[in-house]
Amino acid sequence: MSQQVAEPKRAKEIFASIQAVFPDAKLEYAKERRLKISVSPSSIRDVSKFVRDKLGFDHISMVSGVDWIAKNQFEIVYFVETSLKPGFEDFVLAISERIPRDNPSAPSLIDIWPGADYHERETHEMFGINFEGHPTTKYFLLPEDWNDIPPLRKDFISPGR
Amino acid sequence: MTTEVTYEPEADRIMNVALGPQHPGAGHFRIQLWLDGDYVVKAEPDPGYVHRGEEKMCEYRNYIQNVPHLERPVILDSSNILFPYALAVDELMGNKVPPRGQYLRVIMSEINRIISHMYFLGIMGMFVGHTTMTTWGMGDRDFWIDIAERIGGARVTFAYIIPGGVRNDMPEGLKERALKTCDWFEKRMDEYEKIFFKNPLYLERTENVGVLTAEDAVKYGATGTVLRASGVRKDVRKDEPYSAYEDFDFDIPVLNSGDSWARSYIALLEMRESVKIIRQAFKNMPQGQVRLKLGPQPRVPPGEVFARTEAARGEMSYHLISDGSPRPYRVKIGTPSFKNMRVLPHLLKGVHVADIPAIYWSLNYWPVEADR
Amino acid sequence: MVEVQKTGTFQVLVGKLNEVLQEYIGDPVRYLANWGRLYSLWPVHLETACCSVELGAAAGSRFDMERFGALEAFGSLRACDLLIVTGTVTRKLAPRLKLIYDQMAEPRWVIAMGACAITGGLYFDSYNVLRGIDDIIPVDVYVPGCPPRAEALLQGLVLLQEKIRRLPSLKGV
Repeated sequence: MSQQVAEPKRAKEIFASIQAVFPDAKLEYAKERRLKISVSPSSIRDVSKFVRDKLGFDHISMVSGVDWIAKNQFEIVYFVETSLKPGFEDFVLAISERIPRDNPSAPSLIDIWPGADYHERETHEMFGINFEGHPTTKYFLLPEDWNDIPPLRKDFISPGR
Repeated sequence: MTTEVTYEPEADRIMNVALGPQHPGAGHFRIQLWLDGDYVVKAEPDPGYVHRGEEKMCEYRNYIQNVPHLERPVILDSSNILFPYALAVDELMGNKVPPRGQYLRVIMSEINRIISHMYFLGIMGMFVGHTTMTTWGMGDRDFWIDIAERIGGARVTFAYIIPGGVRNDMPEGLKERALKTCDWFEKRMDEYEKIFFKNPLYLERTENVGVLTAEDAVKYGATGTVLRASGVRKDVRKDEPYSAYEDFDFDIPVLNSGDSWARSYIALLEMRESVKIIRQAFKNMPQGQVRLKLGPQPRVPPGEVFARTEAARGEMSYHLISDGSPRPYRVKIGTPSFKNMRVLPHLLKGVHVADIPAIYWSLNYWPVEADR
Repeated sequence: MVEVQKTGTFQVLVGKLNEVLQEYIGDPVRYLANWGRLYSLWPVHLETACCSVELGAAAGSRFDMERFGALEAFGSLRACDLLIVTGTVTRKLAPRLKLIYDQMAEPRWVIAMGACAITGGLYFDSYNVLRGIDDIIPVDVYVPGCPPRAEALLQGLVLLQEKIRRLPSLKGV
């Protein structure tokens, strides 16, 4: 619980270096060890390449989807970490993008971070988001004969509730 | 002339085989294999046989009701999957967990790490045909379960680490017994090393089998024992010391060979460090409260948090969003098994069929945890 | 025609003999056969969810399921006669569970281990979990708990053996 007290200096620096190249990147929150930025779906691939090559974030920790049904939007959050860059092992960068709920489609980052493969497959089936460039759309965790709307959408009501 | 006998054309030499879900080498998990004779051309994991929709269930329950079902995905490591959840809720609410509660969290987490690694080594012995390690692993695990049972009250599902601290204090007289178990277990681990890890048969079956280089491990996002066995020093306990981990003196074992043997041997090295931590924690245990009073339905202010800890298998992370209502808006669980699963098809490419069990189980893959 | 009549008489005689045998030595034979079955139960190696950890503990060296006559099986499904359903059965696993049950040879028994296998348990409102396995396969013994302790599983096993001992006929279950 000690990390909230300190001034998030590193996070501010990282955000400044991203914003210097991509002015449309917005700051969501900056903490001592966490930084979340939001970018547009059209620029997320460039931002990711920049973050991987210039800032050294080398692998994906997880990909999370959020259904903001009141705003009619889906949010995709990529949590990226670094194993090889010294001094930043404790830092997690979250890159988020928002896409319209009616036409959920976003570029895949599988060629930038190959570890995104299964995470994107899971997000695809749980939210019905189409990842352009991902090689497969097969069901992964859900049964093969799933014929309902994707379960983690907010308008899916669990049976028994 | 017509005949009922037909021959397959020569080109069809690639055979598609499903390994599991009912198979001694792949319980509740399936690997789809493409074989050319004895060699694996391509492998594709097919999880989801234990997908129970934990993340959807979280949205129907409040923050305390979520505790019992969140520990079920990885029942042999049940405190470690609750740990980041408790950290996330604490961070959102601004809870200051009392020092004794933090120490008890560390003790329970490390005991669970030993329980989980012992199960891993026991099944590893079963997979490579070393029955002694199977019976030792399953039997010795129970001594640690006994200690955890006296703290948490159940054999495997403790629901012990909760938001605001731990559920209850440890009983009287546990310290002596736990320290005695530590002494005994350290001697016991020397025997594992002699009988199992330095056994020529075991070395023959696992050395240089399924070698994962450090670059590939990082590229595919491997974590935990798999990553450290490939020579990357990364452990959340050291990198961002949560709870009271900065108070303890311990090492992060790293091996460089990246084969199945290293991935199993690192579990033994980690258990040695865990015993060290448990001993220090019992000796330096502070006095006082073990938890904050939160009430049955705590109010969590709106916000978003990403919390992670080092579970037995690797980095366990939670993405938690609260909108101010009694129930979480979104809970995403990032489990180490799911992160390590991407390594499996990479490692299985080109190996013999007989090496599949040694590679598969050396990843310490627990299907229930991956499927959630 | 004569030969047919002969055969008929012979069959009648054999039928009578069968009745006589069943009446006088049926009970001991049945007892012997059931006794043989109940101490050589071979469970299928099918792990469905998290209760398999406690099954592993029960088969391990502390609780030692083997002393009650149940060995962990690594052979063919045709050679197994006990299916321990260890926990949650999801929609993806359910067809496979039925397939596995159908492959086992008679006589066969099923133990439903854990609350999830009995009613769905903690996962009553999950979209992917079956509420109990008795809709797809018949269950002989229910072992409640979440997860049941290893001792509870052993008790379930002993109950099943008690059931087998009292089986009324040689055929079927």
